[in-house]
Amino acid sequence: MDSSAVALSVARPPPAVARRRFGVLAGLFDTWPNAAVTLLLVWLLVRIGIAMWDWAFARGVWQAETAEQCARTGGLCWAFLADRWRLILFGPYPYAQQWRPALAMVLFALLLGASLAPAMWAARRTRLLLALAWPCVILTIAALLWGGLLGLVPVPSRLWGGLPLTMILASVGVSGAFVLAILLALGRRSDMPVLRAVCTAFIEFFRGVPLVALLFLASVLFPYFVPPDWTMDVLLRAQIAFALFFAAYMAEAIRGGLQAIPNGQYAACESLGLSYWQAQRRIILPQALRIVIPSLVNIFIAAFKDTSLVVVISMMDLLGAANASTAEAKWWGLYIEPYLFVALIYLAICAVISTYSRGLERRLGVSER
Amino acid sequence: MNGLAAVWLRPGVRAAVWQTLAGAVVIAGVLWVAANISGNVARRGLDIDFGFLAGRASFEFGENLVGYRAGDSFLVAFLAGLANTLLVAMLGIMLTTIVAMILSLARLSPNRLLSRLAWGWIEAVRNTPLLLQLLFWHQLAIRALPGPHQAWAVMPGVFLSNRGLVFPALDWQPAMGVALAAFVACTAGAVLMRRAALARGAGAALRTVVMFALALTLPVLLFLAIAEPLEGSVPTLRGFNFQGGVSVSPEFVALLAGLVVYQAGFMAETIRSGILGVPKGQVEAAASLGLARGQQLRRVVLPQALWIIVPPVTSQYLSLTKNSSLAVAIGYPDLVRVSQVTISETGRAVECITILLLVYLSLSLFTAFLMNLYNRHLMRRRG
Repeated sequence: MDSSAVALSVARPPPAVARRRFGVLAGLFDTWPNAAVTLLLVWLLVRIGIAMWDWAFARGVWQAETAEQCARTGGLCWAFLADRWRLILFGPYPYAQQWRPALAMVLFALLLGASLAPAMWAARRTRLLLALAWPCVILTIAALLWGGLLGLVPVPSRLWGGLPLTMILASVGVSGAFVLAILLALGRRSDMPVLRAVCTAFIEFFRGVPLVALLFLASVLFPYFVPPDWTMDVLLRAQIAFALFFAAYMAEAIRGGLQAIPNGQYAACESLGLSYWQAQRRIILPQALRIVIPSLVNIFIAAFKDTSLVVVISMMDLLGAANASTAEAKWWGLYIEPYLFVALIYLAICAVISTYSRGLERRLGVSER
Repeated sequence: MNGLAAVWLRPGVRAAVWQTLAGAVVIAGVLWVAANISGNVARRGLDIDFGFLAGRASFEFGENLVGYRAGDSFLVAFLAGLANTLLVAMLGIMLTTIVAMILSLARLSPNRLLSRLAWGWIEAVRNTPLLLQLLFWHQLAIRALPGPHQAWAVMPGVFLSNRGLVFPALDWQPAMGVALAAFVACTAGAVLMRRAALARGAGAALRTVVMFALALTLPVLLFLAIAEPLEGSVPTLRGFNFQGGVSVSPEFVALLAGLVVYQAGFMAETIRSGILGVPKGQVEAAASLGLARGQQLRRVVLPQALWIIVPPVTSQYLSLTKNSSLAVAIGYPDLVRVSQVTISETGRAVECITILLLVYLSLSLFTAFLMNLYNRHLMRRRG
């Protein structure tokens, strides 16, 4: 063996990357066209930034009684937001009682935050604590919103509104949909033809019609579906329509996860003598649901945004309340302020959800592979 | 073990029992609801009868392709609503595709600032409700735009004001129809010829330019030969509004803008993930064959990315069509709006909502059918 062959067989370090590095500026000025685009964009951003600052602060109006007084400078009408933010956040809920939905939201957010922290799932004790805390908090929230006990003034559900209503519609709708979706997904993959046909028809129907049409169905047609002496709150009807609609989408996502589970897993379950439900609960579903976390979160975000559609059946969720906030004569004609305010709330909540889901995905992925 | 338990333990028996039970529950539920509906309808002194569609509708709505006016039948009103839904859906699909492609290219740009800005825009439009965006665009269109006298001239003859968009129109003449038919026929012919040439292995003989020439020459010549002088109308300001040309309501403009902005955010991410989903080795192989960057993209990356992109994009087209039903919130006369108004005029809620659901369901099923055809076509080409 001569020396050159020996030299070839010795592992050499990979060639040094020829690209120059610029630190923070990498990818901004590395070629001439790139630098031109960057400069153009910076110029545009500065222009837009100055215009926004001018509109919001330099010309912003802090002291005004009516929309006309605000319109004089053409800037952002802070006075309107100062006057109406509670109406936008809580809708028609009685003004003096608005601490109740506020407290309910804080409770819900705290418990949700605690439940979503992976540290809380590690120990059996904290898991048990959470399982106990949820029913208590849900009952407390219901008591706070409805009132009628402990000296709280009763507030009927048609007066609920704003952000609390949006959160109720989204969280109750999605929780209901999730349970139904698992059953539907299992049903669609079942080897019993009748069951499979029923589940498939259900899923395809709800995926094929727009949510607006379903909400009309729930608000206009529902009284025709039941005996005349049945009455159901319009909130509950919208809630059911949401749950059924999102269940269909979630079922398809979960079915995707189920299909990704290798056949060996099913065979292993059978050879261990697990029953169908034991196998699903202990082996199949935990793996399938983990795969579909990203799509489930996307559906959850879509659901959160789509609750705004209750505006078309005249309910006052966050968006409905924003619409109503300019209904009064003195603020009539404003539209940028309420919509921007509400858009920022939606944006913030959706951003929190998607950031959390990315973290969860990374965590589950890293710990498993 | 006694006999009954043994029978129960046989999987076939159990499946049959469960299925019979499930089927019975579903049938019982449907029958119960049907009985309730007929009882409730009868109690209100009505009946389920689609004959009302022949009756005369008294409501008026502005724009439609069918030429509906107050006094026409409800059937015509529904057709006009459907035409409006389809119009906004089709224009929306075309514009969304273009905007989404631009956005996804910006997102994939080597310039980091451009890519971050595109990311920020996409996240912002994806994380706010469509209805909120539609209401905002609508208010913007009717409040922030100038009146007809100070209308913005977007292009010569095209004006945007708070009364909507007006643009010049060409009068229809038979020669246009002939030219259009010739164009369709020639395109089909060119495609067939190309396919035959490819099958013979003479693909290089038929370049894209030749295809275009084949498809365009005959129709243009035909049109020039038989066309009468072109007549049209240009919008001009008369009194308080524009006269002549084609005018589009601010509701339509707002609906289209809102749908395009919202859906393009989603579609841009789909296109981007499709392009990124093409294995890196493909690009490297193309580069090592000496293809230029544009050729790499056009001949190697995009055809493979298309295979990943088409299924999700089809379902986004469908969701755009379904989302156009939000038009009801800003008063654009789409199908949902027409059925809403018809319900309040005739009280025929069951019939109207049934029509609504059936129309959307058949649109969905039809799209799913087309998508399956296209998918099969791609599969075959992929081999």
